[in-house]
Amino acid sequence: MTAKVVTVTSGKGGVGKTTATANLATALAANGAKVVCVDADIGLRNLDVVLGLENRIVYDLVDVVEGRCRLRQAMIRDKRLPELYLIPAAQTRDKNAVSPSDMVRLCDELRGEHDWILIDSPAGIERGFRNAIAPADIVLVVTNPEVSAVRDADRIIGLIEAEEKGPARLIINRIKPSMVKRGEMLSADDVLELLAVDLVGMIPEDENVVVSTNRGMPVALDERSKAGQAFRNIARRLNGEQVPFMSMNDDGGFLGRLARLVRPGGNR
Amino acid sequence: MNRFLDRLFGRDQRSAQLAKERMKLVLIHDRTDLSPQALEKLKDELISVISRYIEIDPKAVTIDIAQEGREQRLVADIPFKPAARRRAG
Repeated sequence: MTAKVVTVTSGKGGVGKTTATANLATALAANGAKVVCVDADIGLRNLDVVLGLENRIVYDLVDVVEGRCRLRQAMIRDKRLPELYLIPAAQTRDKNAVSPSDMVRLCDELRGEHDWILIDSPAGIERGFRNAIAPADIVLVVTNPEVSAVRDADRIIGLIEAEEKGPARLIINRIKPSMVKRGEMLSADDVLELLAVDLVGMIPEDENVVVSTNRGMPVALDERSKAGQAFRNIARRLNGEQVPFMSMNDDGGFLGRLARLVRPGGNR
Repeated sequence: MNRFLDRLFGRDQRSAQLAKERMKLVLIHDRTDLSPQALEKLKDELISVISRYIEIDPKAVTIDIAQEGREQRLVADIPFKPAARRRAG
């Protein structure tokens, strides 16, 4: 078994890197793969809370790198999926506590016993980002259909190419179909045309993401959630399956359209 | 209602379209690290160099950044001055 290393990055903060990492890891593990996710956002760790594992942390990534514990001791087993593990980031250190070659060594040690290693990158283009992409076989760039997120995604895609880790594959997160339909939000096609990279998934805006994050239970486990379905589809695409892209045209049906038509300012 | 009327008479551009056009320009300059001002200066210098060798009409020169996927290229279109006018002038 030789794991593929997938790094999830974005440039801009707050676009959904951690949510995407948690959900892809969950969806892959739910299909029976052996998955370990690594939180590379040292100093600002969050993958643990999104996965609902924050109370189980004893050792972290920096403890492993600095030799205070064995790798196995820092791997937290998921509550629900026995083949899903998390290596949490240190909270009281900074990005310089780990180097790109530390990350390569760590992943080489993990590769033999897993199918997938998912790395949650910090925002930015500095050391933390370089740590996160150093061991990557595949780089996923998360963006939102907003100018600042698209611009930062373009920058990060360029850096990924320069590091010879490309071509990056794009996830467009938090699409609001009703706004796209009104011409008030960049569509997935617009974003793809601007960034000129391959699309691996589109995630519609979905309140279930907030609810599931509150509970520490990734939305990919929610059979009824559209965002959950979108993440499960991306996991299948990573496995090489051809999965058609989900339609982003659900606007709440006839009643939803009627409500917007009647509401004052509805034409905006 | 004003916005509705604006749209009806084509005065109001949808914000997504506007965002896309703005981003196209921003990304070109981000990727090439070439500002619109620098491009303009490059054009002026290029015209003056070429004018030393051939007769050209500076107003007919176009220099732009073209895109193909994630690749950018500088495309210059520099027409010779027509022969007839060259003799006359």
